[in-house]
Amino acid sequence: MAGGLGSHLTTHRLTISQKGPDPRAESVWRNAHDLGLGNLQSVDVADIYFLKGALSQSDRDQIQSILLDPLLQTGSWELCGESANSRPDIGSTRCHVIESILHTGVTDSVAAELQRLAATVGIEVVTATGKRFVVAGELERSDIEHLANSVLANPIIEQWSIDSPAVPELSMFSETHRPRAHHIQLSSATSDEALEVLNAERGLALDIEELRTIRDYFNKQARSPTDIELETLAQTWSEHCAHKTFRAAITTDDGQTRDTLINTLRRSTNDIAAPFVVSSFVGNAGIISFIPGRTLAVKCETHNHPSAIEPFGGANTGIGGVIRDILGAAHSPIACTNILCFGPPSLPANEVPAGVFHPRKVQAGVVDGIADYGNKIGLPTVAGAVLYDTAYTANPLVYAGCIGSATHAAGTTYVESKPRVGDRIIVLGGKTGRDGLRGATFSSMTMDATTGDVAGASVQIGDPITEKLLCDVLRHGRSTYTAITDCGAGGLSSAIGEMAEELGANIDLTQLPLKYPGLAPWEIWLSEAQERMVVAVEDLTALAKLCDDHGVAYTDVGVFTGDKHLVVRCDDEIVLDLDVDFLHHGRPQRRLGATMPTPQRTISRIVPAWLINTAPIEHLQRLLAHPNIASKESIIHRYDHEIRGATVVRPLVGANSDGHGDGVVIAEPTDQYGIAIGIGVNPWFGLIDPQRMAEAVVDEAMRNVVAVGGDPTRVALLDNFSWGDPTRASTLGELVAAVDGCAQVARAFGAPFVSGKDSLNNEFRGSDGQRHAVPPTLVITAIAFVPDVALTVTADLKSADNTLMLIGTTHNEFAGSHLSMIHNALDTGVVPKFDPQSPARYRNMHGAITNGLIVSCHDCSEGGVAVTIAEMAIAGRLGVKCVPTEAFGDNELAVDLFSESLGRFVIEVTPSQVNTITQMFPGSSRVIGHVTKEPMFILPDQSQLSVDELRECWQGAPR
Amino acid sequence: MKPRALIITAPGTNRDADVMFALELAGASPHPMSIKQLSASPQLIDDSQMIVIPGGFSYADALGAGRLFAHDLMGAISDALNQAVEKHRPIIGICNGFQTLVRAGLLPGGARGAALGHNDGGTFDCRWVRLTPTSQRCIWTRALTEEIDCPIANGEGRFTCQPDVFNDLVDNDQIALRYTSANPNGSIGDVAGICDDTGVVLGLMPHPENHVLPRQHPQFHRGVSGKLGLNLFKQGVAYVNN
Repeated sequence: MAGGLGSHLTTHRLTISQKGPDPRAESVWRNAHDLGLGNLQSVDVADIYFLKGALSQSDRDQIQSILLDPLLQTGSWELCGESANSRPDIGSTRCHVIESILHTGVTDSVAAELQRLAATVGIEVVTATGKRFVVAGELERSDIEHLANSVLANPIIEQWSIDSPAVPELSMFSETHRPRAHHIQLSSATSDEALEVLNAERGLALDIEELRTIRDYFNKQARSPTDIELETLAQTWSEHCAHKTFRAAITTDDGQTRDTLINTLRRSTNDIAAPFVVSSFVGNAGIISFIPGRTLAVKCETHNHPSAIEPFGGANTGIGGVIRDILGAAHSPIACTNILCFGPPSLPANEVPAGVFHPRKVQAGVVDGIADYGNKIGLPTVAGAVLYDTAYTANPLVYAGCIGSATHAAGTTYVESKPRVGDRIIVLGGKTGRDGLRGATFSSMTMDATTGDVAGASVQIGDPITEKLLCDVLRHGRSTYTAITDCGAGGLSSAIGEMAEELGANIDLTQLPLKYPGLAPWEIWLSEAQERMVVAVEDLTALAKLCDDHGVAYTDVGVFTGDKHLVVRCDDEIVLDLDVDFLHHGRPQRRLGATMPTPQRTISRIVPAWLINTAPIEHLQRLLAHPNIASKESIIHRYDHEIRGATVVRPLVGANSDGHGDGVVIAEPTDQYGIAIGIGVNPWFGLIDPQRMAEAVVDEAMRNVVAVGGDPTRVALLDNFSWGDPTRASTLGELVAAVDGCAQVARAFGAPFVSGKDSLNNEFRGSDGQRHAVPPTLVITAIAFVPDVALTVTADLKSADNTLMLIGTTHNEFAGSHLSMIHNALDTGVVPKFDPQSPARYRNMHGAITNGLIVSCHDCSEGGVAVTIAEMAIAGRLGVKCVPTEAFGDNELAVDLFSESLGRFVIEVTPSQVNTITQMFPGSSRVIGHVTKEPMFILPDQSQLSVDELRECWQGAPR
Repeated sequence: MKPRALIITAPGTNRDADVMFALELAGASPHPMSIKQLSASPQLIDDSQMIVIPGGFSYADALGAGRLFAHDLMGAISDALNQAVEKHRPIIGICNGFQTLVRAGLLPGGARGAALGHNDGGTFDCRWVRLTPTSQRCIWTRALTEEIDCPIANGEGRFTCQPDVFNDLVDNDQIALRYTSANPNGSIGDVAGICDDTGVVLGLMPHPENHVLPRQHPQFHRGVSGKLGLNLFKQGVAYVNN
């Protein structure tokens, strides 16, 4: 080609670096030093764009003029394979160059945009992206490898080269042969041992009863199953999809067989019979309605294991997945939440188990992943919590929640849509690859030439813009489909399988667009490629037009038949033919034994020595600096909580918008009413008394919504359990106790559960070589109606001379408390008990708030009343003078200050309202202090600290 | 007759609904249209009295914030946009829209002399800021009588330019808005927004569209009110109506 710089086989690379400091370089430097690589002196980061094709000089100039901002960046072109000076020396310091690129098959949306852009200016190329790091310092080869493996790249999705240029595999995919479905040999003669071998080989995670049932089904049909049939059954019957433990017949150690866990929760919801529940425990999300003609879809999910192996991608797709749950309930998403559990940020590098990322790297990746998806799709990330414990080091937890809204014509409400016989089955959204297939199996394979193809491709990578376009199509196209569901775990097998549960369906996968060729039928059918939805349509025309307008891909893959058979074809071959009744109802019920926990429940009158031997003010400083209590401001600012203009009570409150609130309140700008969102979680209570923990976290979620103005008689709850292996009788016993606890307290409040999810088998290998479960971690999300958002309340102190009152009763309850944790005495005494007076108290509190009697309100939780007051003072930049010790409470002062007893609030009222409040809360209210203009916190024992000093404790060293 | 405001979107635009709500309150009639549709019918631009490039992550910020959207603007609709400027139709680019207008050369400095770089803090940052209107040239700000409180929500909001460009901006009264709270991203001269030499094209990083009701203010519960971002949109509408 005339003037061309090489042929169509030539790969050009454009390296772009920032002229000023690149924030990524600082992050690499910090992470490396965290890992103990203190010899790393400096890092430079650059982006590499690979373009394969015949580029002329003017093509290069044109591409560079679009990609490069000369004010901010410099760029240089090379040809791949040119012996570039890849190892510069800076002064006398040795430098090394590490270049990383994505494994083949890993979604690379930047490369895709580059290719699209080049095409718009008439340049045909195949593209890839990479990163180039130049590191300086006295580093051994092993240090460089450690740096590459742990900081610069993630071996799950990336490969790298040291001191030689990276060369991506860039090929126009040629037609390759599609693997066929295989038959698996199974007959009546197949022994239990052979079934177990099959189970392990294919990673089916089925038990022997289930394997026998499958063997007998195919034996009755006089044929052997195909791989795609076996995989479909394993997926549909998986813990993730079938909730086998929550549906199991459980026998407790007293010999009693009890109701299933799911029924325990469902019964509480049914008995409460709240008029605002539209749909609970079915479909993709719980549906509630506080206002005629308007429904909300609410859902919270976990994405724990994916976030452990690839923190950014795991958290990113966790958010994407829960947003699709809302879309799959035919609602438009309006807000996101997240609850994160990590190992301690201060964990020494040598205490991080092999093969595990440092907690700070996990946190950085997870926070980036959540921010990236939520900010880009354009949803406010409003509520959340971050918890730290060494038990989460190897098994971090990532809970992602989403709320959606829908309006309905006068006199109608949400009705769960169901497909009809003859409806076409349409797959909307992104292309299908190996994403999410057996990621765990592949990631433990020996690295070889093919590892990149399989392991890399198996990691889920999110694409929020594609999902944003899906949201837009579905919002405008609600009348164009008869039923909808999202592609989550199990991909099409689960989405279409569930939609076809009552009808059966006839599917042809041949035309489904793929990211790359060579996928076997079972891989296409089970792929967890993100950003896809399945809809049933009577007529495709209207939906097709919307999709074309918004640039969303769609494929007709088949029809709902009514013959109760799920049939899948690929390349003219029937690869799957299963009876839908067997698929959905053929699984034998699991039988499990539970050993119930027997926690200490008697309150001792003895106050532990560590509690009274330290001055309260020292306790308070240590509590405020504890990572669980300390300011989360730096994380919260990473999330857009302002978009949609609907956030009325924010996650950050107060005079300088740096105080922590309780719940958040969102309301459409045109509405007077809104909703409050509150979260309850306390794994440390769970370690000692799982039942009381569950009671406490329901109470905490309720308190959080009540504290901001939510109506406690109109609250819906979500339950999310992250637990250990339920086949261990003691672990299951803890789960049973927790389910009973949260169901009982939900009944006491009249607050129904509408949706829940369990993530079991969260286990890690401890330094003792034994498997340990994560602490029992139940997250409760409360969604409350707020009748008038103008009457909401925040936690920051407002005016000097106002009075502080404690509402509720304090007991000597220190087990699982943060002060006990600080003193390595977590199991001191009892876990706080649910106060049966709380439901009535919260209703009164709501009455006081809506009558304008409450100036500010903050709930008492981690760290007790002392931390509550300190947080109110910090947020309001005002002081507090507590009443003297003898008037402050009925217990030892340290108990009144630091016990984490439930059911309590600290409120700020004008002095004239003190009598009214005292009458509203007979026997459970007392004046505990006064707001002062001078920003000093004077404790009941007259010790004092300035609010600035408290704030410095709480915000930590300046960052 | 309410002025018709054209809202130009790209895949990833996400504050379109917020700015449409603000424009409605300000007395305009907003009409969203994708750059794809508009590129097929550029003449539609002439039907609108105002043009808005909203915030978001056009094309996911792939290859740099605003770059691919700017490439679109410099394509089929380029002439129509330039004609709109000549006819003194108010144009506003907010956040990603600002980044896009700068890259597309519709704001001073052009694609070579001014840019929006990574925030000094290195990360996406969402927080409230206070803005002081400082330009009499800019039709969006010259009649503003009070400051504006509103949030920023960006990762690449640090305005930077060649020294001569900055001097020209100052001399020509084209610095429309400055941060009077702490400068959140390290912009040169505390610049939050600039206008072109006609004064009709405004680009700014913060989101005045997210402060159009008193209750949206973060200190609403402390009795703070006023300093609405709505006032900025009212100025654009008033300019068209006069």
